[in-house]
Amino acid sequence: MSAEEPDFDVIVVGAGPAGAVTAYLLARQGHSVVLIERGEAPGAKNLSGGVLYGRVLDEVFPGFADTAPVERRITRHVTTFLTADSSVSIDYAGKPLAEPVNAVTVLRAKFDPWLAERAEEAGVFLMPGVRVDELLTEPGPDGVRQVVGVKAGDDELRARVVVAADGVNSYLARSIGLRPKPPEHHLAVGVKAVVHLPRQVIEDRFAVSGDEGAAHAIVGDCTLGIGGGGFLYTNAESLSLGVVLRLDDLIKKGRTAIEVFEHYTSHPVLAPYLRDGEILEYGSHLVAEGGLEMVGEVVSGGFVVVGEAAGLTINSGLTVRGMDLAIGSAVAAAKGVGEALAAGDTTATGLAAYRRHLDESFVMADLRTYGRAPAFLERDRMYGAYGELAAGIFHDVFSLDGTPRKHLAAVARGALKRSRVSVRDLISDGWAGVRAL
Amino acid sequence: MGGGAGPVRTTTVPERLAANRFVLDEEESHIEIDQELARSTGTAERIIAVCPAGVYSMQDGRVVADYAACLECGTCLAVAAPGALTWHYPRGGFGVSFREG
Repeated sequence: MSAEEPDFDVIVVGAGPAGAVTAYLLARQGHSVVLIERGEAPGAKNLSGGVLYGRVLDEVFPGFADTAPVERRITRHVTTFLTADSSVSIDYAGKPLAEPVNAVTVLRAKFDPWLAERAEEAGVFLMPGVRVDELLTEPGPDGVRQVVGVKAGDDELRARVVVAADGVNSYLARSIGLRPKPPEHHLAVGVKAVVHLPRQVIEDRFAVSGDEGAAHAIVGDCTLGIGGGGFLYTNAESLSLGVVLRLDDLIKKGRTAIEVFEHYTSHPVLAPYLRDGEILEYGSHLVAEGGLEMVGEVVSGGFVVVGEAAGLTINSGLTVRGMDLAIGSAVAAAKGVGEALAAGDTTATGLAAYRRHLDESFVMADLRTYGRAPAFLERDRMYGAYGELAAGIFHDVFSLDGTPRKHLAAVARGALKRSRVSVRDLISDGWAGVRAL
Repeated sequence: MGGGAGPVRTTTVPERLAANRFVLDEEESHIEIDQELARSTGTAERIIAVCPAGVYSMQDGRVVADYAACLECGTCLAVAAPGALTWHYPRGGFGVSFREG
């Protein structure tokens, strides 16, 4: 440790779910913790699609969905393949998803302040409106350079451990070479609008009631065939909607993010949901979609990385997750950092306890389970040909045009023959999909 | 501002951005472009294509950045060639301030 006495036991940079929960749990252990946030208030810089899988947060704050500002409990998941003029959907509506809490929609500018308040109640010192510019490093007891604090403008703050919860761009982790710049096929840009609609209109259009809500995931023509997809989620009195576009594919296909977003929001299949909705906000967020491959080093001397800054996101095709993994990593970090502080060893060796807890948690288990998903989801047919095939089959099933009827198998064979999908593709994708998702 | 920029179907980027709250840092831009490198590496076309806020545009053969409209996602930096773009977060308290998120 440095000659100078630290100002705090722990500095946490970034007041999103990863940072606020890490700070909260470490303060509960009795450590002095400062939570630094560059936004004018927690949540002011934070944006996500909007679905939080809440089981892990419920373990940290039992019953949070009853008291925190969550929007709706998702009891209806709709997955849609979209073509220019047709859609084929799988619609799962399940009351059991409401209790115990599974997924809720959140609006981060409202939800994250609640998390930060819980941290403050536990004794965390919140410092909003401050941008951390760099890490302070010094040789540690093991001779290796160790993080000893942060610098913000002319001010320096010192701590035994610095926790980087500074999001997907994590300048802090990159500044000490802990995380390389990810390749473009593992990155996507999310473009989102929040659109106001009256509560009753939302419930009527999405066939939900009370505090229940719907989450629509859409692939195909909504992104003009670009790898990624569209989303449409219900909040209490607004919708969160947008597209997520893989950067390599967006550039390769010569499109702009703006044009794809506007194509999506003016799509005839979406129009009935959005009619008369007024835009409340427009935002964007870089998404790391590499899954397991994106998780690299999360520990160095005096320093740990949590949440999106650590590359912890999963896109399984059907579910897109970031916040629950962020909270899971926060729980692991608080355990590991707590043990390192108790043992008086905050070198990389002492803090390796965090990595062990992370490896043992659901976070890494799920990342391993979906390890093959990113490569599978790079297959182009997901975003065009399969939607057309499905729409073709259902068209032939329901269109009684006077020609003699055929059995379903023959209808499907006919549609497959007319489509851009070969039998070989179907077998290859089917096998890969079953193993990856 | 806020309270609705119009029906979502028909809005333009400036209209959508007008619904947001921004705290403009009048003293410094958080974006700098190396014109030479941006051109020679193809960074110019790439950052124009990926930016959801339309921050970047070509004007008289130069890439210009309207930093006041930045949504701070960092996507431009992710596709920029090394050295072509200097992009960091605005100073504390400045820039976009989400009320929904």
